[in-house]
Amino acid sequence: MSTARAHLEVLPRSIQLVLWLGLLALLAFPWIGSDFHAQMVSRMMILAIFAMSLDLLQGVTGLVSLGHAAYFGLAGYLLAFMTPPGEPVSLWWTLPVAVLGAGLAAAVIGFFVVRTQGIYFIMVTMAFAQMVFYLFFDNKVLGGSDGIYINFKPDAVLFDLENKQVFYYFTLACLVGVYLFLRRLLWSPLGRTLNGIRINEHRMRAMGYSTFGYKLTAFTVAGALAGLAGYLWGAQTGYVNPELMGFHMSAHAIMMVILGGMGNFAGAMVGAFCFEYLLHLFKDLPTVGGFQMGKHWQLWMGSFIVLVVIWAPRGVLGLIQRFGGDSDA
Amino acid sequence: MDLANFLIQLLNSVQYGLLLFMLAAGLTLIFGIMGVVNLAHGSFYMLGAYLGYALCAAWGSLTLAIAGGAALSVLFGLLLERLLFRHFYHRDHLDQVLLTFGLIYIFEEMRSILWGDDVHGVPVPAALEWSIPLTENLSYPAYRLFMSGVCLLLAAGLYLLISKTRLGMKIRAGAFNRDMTESLGINIQRIHAIVFAMGVGLAAVAGIVAAPVSSVYPNMGSQVLIMCFVVVVIGGIGSIRGALIAALLVGLVDTFGKVLLPQVASMLVYVLMALVLLWKPQGLFKQ
Amino acid sequence: MTTRRLVLTRSAAVIGAASTGLLLPEIARAQSNKVRVGFMLPYTGTFAPLGVAIENAFRMALDEQGGKLGGREIEWFKVDDESEPSKGVENASRLVQRDKVDILVGTVHSGVQMGIQKVARDSGVLSLIPNAGVHAATRALCAPNVFRTSFSNSQPTRALGKVMVDKGHKKAVWITWKYAAGDEAFEGFKESYTAAGGTIVKELGLPFPNVEFQALLTEIAALKPDAVACFFAGGGAAKFIKDYAAAGLKGKIPLYGSGFLTEGVLDAAGPAADGIYTTLHYSDSLDTARNKAFRLAYAKTFKLQPDVYAVQGYDTGLLMIQGANAVKGDLSNKKALYAAMESAVIDSPRGKWSMSKQHNPVQDIYLRVVENKENKVVGVAAKALADSGAGCRMA
Repeated sequence: MSTARAHLEVLPRSIQLVLWLGLLALLAFPWIGSDFHAQMVSRMMILAIFAMSLDLLQGVTGLVSLGHAAYFGLAGYLLAFMTPPGEPVSLWWTLPVAVLGAGLAAAVIGFFVVRTQGIYFIMVTMAFAQMVFYLFFDNKVLGGSDGIYINFKPDAVLFDLENKQVFYYFTLACLVGVYLFLRRLLWSPLGRTLNGIRINEHRMRAMGYSTFGYKLTAFTVAGALAGLAGYLWGAQTGYVNPELMGFHMSAHAIMMVILGGMGNFAGAMVGAFCFEYLLHLFKDLPTVGGFQMGKHWQLWMGSFIVLVVIWAPRGVLGLIQRFGGDSDA
Repeated sequence: MDLANFLIQLLNSVQYGLLLFMLAAGLTLIFGIMGVVNLAHGSFYMLGAYLGYALCAAWGSLTLAIAGGAALSVLFGLLLERLLFRHFYHRDHLDQVLLTFGLIYIFEEMRSILWGDDVHGVPVPAALEWSIPLTENLSYPAYRLFMSGVCLLLAAGLYLLISKTRLGMKIRAGAFNRDMTESLGINIQRIHAIVFAMGVGLAAVAGIVAAPVSSVYPNMGSQVLIMCFVVVVIGGIGSIRGALIAALLVGLVDTFGKVLLPQVASMLVYVLMALVLLWKPQGLFKQ
Repeated sequence: MTTRRLVLTRSAAVIGAASTGLLLPEIARAQSNKVRVGFMLPYTGTFAPLGVAIENAFRMALDEQGGKLGGREIEWFKVDDESEPSKGVENASRLVQRDKVDILVGTVHSGVQMGIQKVARDSGVLSLIPNAGVHAATRALCAPNVFRTSFSNSQPTRALGKVMVDKGHKKAVWITWKYAAGDEAFEGFKESYTAAGGTIVKELGLPFPNVEFQALLTEIAALKPDAVACFFAGGGAAKFIKDYAAAGLKGKIPLYGSGFLTEGVLDAAGPAADGIYTTLHYSDSLDTARNKAFRLAYAKTFKLQPDVYAVQGYDTGLLMIQGANAVKGDLSNKKALYAAMESAVIDSPRGKWSMSKQHNPVQDIYLRVVENKENKVVGVAAKALADSGAGCRMA
């Protein structure tokens, strides 16, 4: 099987069908589900955008970042700072500001971090993210450990984001937009270069590519897109706090990407939905014979993660493809 | 800040640094020799602390708790290595990151099921409950001196082990070139198991020894994990000497930072790391 | 069956099942005539004993009066908020939107309370605060459906400043955790201490719930103030008291605090706590018939000694009973319900107290000193102290 097919960059028919079905389900959901669940699915879509941004870095370029949530949280905080306590702020300029702000932070941190390799890269991304975490955690001016509340959703003028259904469709539009953008990027010269760097960086350098610049670009774009997700998260929940930037959040994102299958962005979306769904499932487990299964959800989650790493390293999409019975497998 | 105060804060820094060293030493060994990223290292610290608390409550003696805790944690480390980690040496770092992250969750719940979620204090052993008067106002708790003593002893022991014994020689050889060492007839699997168990043991003992001073609470693992990573990055992966110097540096920056620049105290350590990386991208003492 | 059809049907089945899974809890919830009471409290972590005490005492208050609210049976719901502000909104939403509670009782941690406050203001659910003293809940973000039965963070410390100056301690260092409760406690201390003529030499803080006090204790010794005032609670308070003594500061620099420093921790702190003066709206040793009866009943039922958190939980129950009786169980009659609760006078173990217009208790603050693992009342530090309620647009 060619590398592209093995990595599911070229989406086989079975996967394409799953995606189309998923889109239909998402379009229809607000009409069949309750408000509470529609909000939950909005959350999942925002996390899917976050996961896709990480997929660009991890699945395509091969850089494992344990600090990606820093840009996610940062954008949420930017929205919080830009929103006055008594009234909403305009969507049309705060969204670009938040995304660019997150991208800028990624570029600055990336400059320090991208020069390292392997294990160092992982640890250093984690450490820088923690630095940002502490910056916010320790300073009352920036909200401190209690976080900041965003009392009004951004004002979009043309449509009302306070309406839960409108917000849902706006998020869905962002999700589809980001997916298409990233798919386009994947097959552009930039995307092909990033892929090459993942497969063999030395060879790329030998061919004359300045890998530092390309890696930094990937880091920045990924950070900016994580910022888009963070902005939406802040708008939806109305609350940001330092935990959004912590390494637990980053590790969750890594998990989502791996769970779905890396490098094709479809996997990241599937992974995000599955992961969030599982999380809710585990947390809501009933009490069996005095043992509160729901309270100990971390046990199930942890075991699940371990099992996935051992047995399904190509994630859910890999499994679907295998059982989808496509030829040339 | 006058001289007396400065010296006492220096003492505080060294004590914190030595504790960090105990943890970082295990982490850097596991990284350097087996190439495994282990995010669950903080959990070993936490499990050790809770284990120590339980043993101390059951047996009434902290010394016995340390001994018992060390033995149990080394056994646990051997088991974990055999069942799980052994199969991940050749997997890429991403898989290791995820595996150990999943383990963090599992260990947290294990702790919750075995010992509950409450915060506990461990009493300082009566023999060490006194304080040494240092100034007219301030005394230094003897237990903290004991803690530093234990960490120094272990540091010395580790140094002797790695540089002066045959086992240490084999460990260093294995870190340098695994395949060659194996082909020379040395059982590299056993070496890996020993090193891993040692790392776990060091972390657990650090938890028990620190318990009377920092209390035993859920999440104590994640807080210390990050610090450990910073120490290892600054010191250089695989270098025990680097871990020691880096741990002391971090202790200094953290302690004085808390007192002199409280607004940015927690960030200072990361700024330090950033500066070190700009100067030496592979840490201070990379082998 | 062709491969494509197989995949199609399988995927449809999976997505269908998943969606149904999301919808099912909705369908299963039937209508009933029971009052739904939801507890959002810390059942794990450093504040776990406080959460348990509050729930115990709330239930005890209701059981004493027949176990019903306004004649209706009660259905209980619980969520462990883990004292995590980041999950505050999510947890409160589960109780309000998924479990559809009529009354939300919670919580302990001020940061988490802000999350509940947001959900309470958005949804209009009746929210009773049995502990968290965050100012905004009865100031800038007050609401007709939010009632507090405990205190505001600055109330205990507003009574502390004058006490310290009267005892001759004109220069003090303040130390606490850096979060909402600590910052607001400082606000009360600063106001009363400086108004009485004292000077605050330095303000020290460490992140919540960090208990590594060593560096800061060294700093305190170097500053040589007349006294130290602080705010800590729970396990961290016990540790601070012990570390303070171990650093040799006990006896040399008197320690004062908001009463939470010595609530529920005296067993763990031991003799290190003797001689610490604190101010609080309650004390175990209050010599009144009401308090003695309450303590006896609580100890008999739960085999534990009650503390201020239990009293607050108990009073929350008393308040709810008064409100529910006034509307004969019809909780949808919000106007009458809120009016009844606003005008309630609670005959509490801490003494009688009433609701301020911003829905915060107006109460006496007692001065206590620790003697032999007990908080002995030595006087009233402030009578009928109310929170300023600044910025509340209700009254």
